[in-house]
Order: sequence, then C-alpha cells, then structure tokens
Amino acid sequence: MATAEEIAAQEFSRVVESHRPQIFRFLLASTRDPDLAETLTQECFLKAHRNWGSFRGESSAMTWLMRIAINLQKDHWRNRRMQFWRQARMNSVDLDEASEWLPSGERSAEQQLLAREQVGRVWKAVEGLSERQRTVFLLRYVEELELSEIARATGLSEGTVKAHLSRAVARVRAELGGRR
Amino acid sequence: MSFKNQFDEEPELRPIDKDLWLHPRKQRPLPGDPESLEAPELAQALKNFRASVLAWSEAAYSRPRTAVKTVRQRSWRLAAGWALGCALVAGGVSGGIYERHHRQELARMAAARAAESERLVAEQRASQEEEDLLAKVDSDVSREVPSAMEPLAQLMTEDEAK
Repeated sequence: MATAEEIAAQEFSRVVESHRPQIFRFLLASTRDPDLAETLTQECFLKAHRNWGSFRGESSAMTWLMRIAINLQKDHWRNRRMQFWRQARMNSVDLDEASEWLPSGERSAEQQLLAREQVGRVWKAVEGLSERQRTVFLLRYVEELELSEIARATGLSEGTVKAHLSRAVARVRAELGGRR
Repeated sequence: MSFKNQFDEEPELRPIDKDLWLHPRKQRPLPGDPESLEAPELAQALKNFRASVLAWSEAAYSRPRTAVKTVRQRSWRLAAGWALGCALVAGGVSGGIYERHHRQELARMAAARAAESERLVAEQRASQEEEDLLAKVDSDVSREVPSAMEPLAQLMTEDEAK
C-alpha cells in the first residue's frame, strides 16, 4: 500500500510531466535563451517540489507553477543587473533567428515570408514592452490563459492585467502598422 | 488616475482590440468597419507569433541537452571570475603591503633626519655654552687684573716720572 509521501510524489511527477513543456515555452519566449529557459524551468520545478506540500489547490497547478516561473524570471534579471560584469542576455537568440521558427504547414513561399515578417515585427514589439506587459502578453497570446488566470499567476488585479494587455496590443498594432 | 480612466483614455485601444484581447480565439471583425481590415492582420500576426513560439519551443525542448558545454562554459566563467577576484585581492594586498612598507620607510627616514638635526642643535648648544663660559671667564679676568695690579702700576708710573 502506497504511503502519503509516495502518492504525493506520484502526483508531482504527473504535474511535471504535463506542465513542464508549457513552463519551458513561457520562459523561452520571455528570455529568448534556450539554456536559460531550461535552467529556470528546472529551478521552477525544484522550488515547486520543495513547496508541493503547501500547495492547497486554490488555483490550478499550472497557475501556481507559472507564478513560480514568473518570480524566478524576475529574480534572475534582478540578479543579472547586479552582476554588471557579466554580459546580459549572453545566449539570447536575436530577433531574426527567433522569427525563423514557423510550423511546417502547407504554405506557399510567399505566405511563409509574410508570416516570418509578421512574427519578426511582433517579436520587436514584445522586446520593447515592459517586463510586466511582456509577461501578460505572452501569457495571453502564447499560453492562452484567461485573464483571471493571468491575474492569479502575476499577482495583479484583473483590471491591471487588462491595462497592461491593452498597451501591449497597442504596441504590437503600431509595430505592424508602422512598417507598411 | 484610476484604472478606468487609464483604460478609457488609452488612445490606441479601439473597440476591435477590446474584442480581440478579451476573446483571442473568437475574433469577430465588424463588417464594414474600416478597423476590421486591420484586426485580421493583427490576429493573423498573433497567431503566427504563437505558432512560431510553439515550434521553437518544441524544437528547443526536444533538442539534445548541452549539459557538458554549459558546465564547461560556467566553469570557465567561474574560473575567470575567481582568477579576476584573486588578482584583485592579490593586487590589493600587495599594494597595501607596499604602501605600509613605504610609509614605514618614510617614517624611519624622517626620524633619522629629526635625530640628526637634534644632535646638531645639541652640539651647537654645547659649543655655544662653552664659548659663553670662556668669554665670561675672560671678561671676569680682564676686569679684575687691572684693579689688583693698580698699586704696582702707580709705582711704575712714579718711577718713570722720577
């Protein structure tokens, strides 16, 4: 018969299995650095494992994990700023390279080119966003979380989330419209 | 300024945007609205962006891990950091030691100079005292001898007169 600890460990393993790719994706989009995203993902699940006992299920596991990931990301940039001799964003992929990624669908070369150009412009707009705006934007348009989930994950009110989101969308719109 | 005011005064926020970010998966462009010409493009761009991030993430997630490389890079950075730190500490310590030694040397030289000048002053003072004493003796002698010799001197004067 399995003990309570074994059951908790099994539950946590399932959580890791089901949510790890999503956490990694969010951190990758936030940092544009695969190595850093991998490291932060591992740290996120390590921290989650340590605190798994205190997770009361008031929000979904995904929201809880996302909140840990957001805080880790914030801490990382804060510490990075302190370490001035280290080159910031050393392994970050540049915008052009990030825009190269597109699913191999049934598209013509022209459509692929257009899509790549659009993606590049969105990346450029995202780069110009504040940290909070970027986080909210990515959670909404990449992770497709609901506003209430974003509010819980970021610790902001829904109204603030909406405000950040509207500014982020306005910036993307301006970037898309300004180059035609 | 309240959030409502910020929200209402947001110049870039148009009705079609509100619809878009409140329902990203349910776009409803308004027929005949000139805005609807832009919204599909925005929606398409966001869709492409998401697809791009998903494709990139999937590829990065399933790539072979570069743990060795990362560790090597980190250990190299760590070693460089330690080397720099050690060099700074060594520089600081040796600079401190040199500074201390230099100050001690200066203090020693100043003390030697002070002792030498003190010795010279003492010698001068001793010499001066000796000269003063001799002068005093000479003065005393020169003042007393004529009065003691005065009767003889008078006799000698009288003899000469005779």
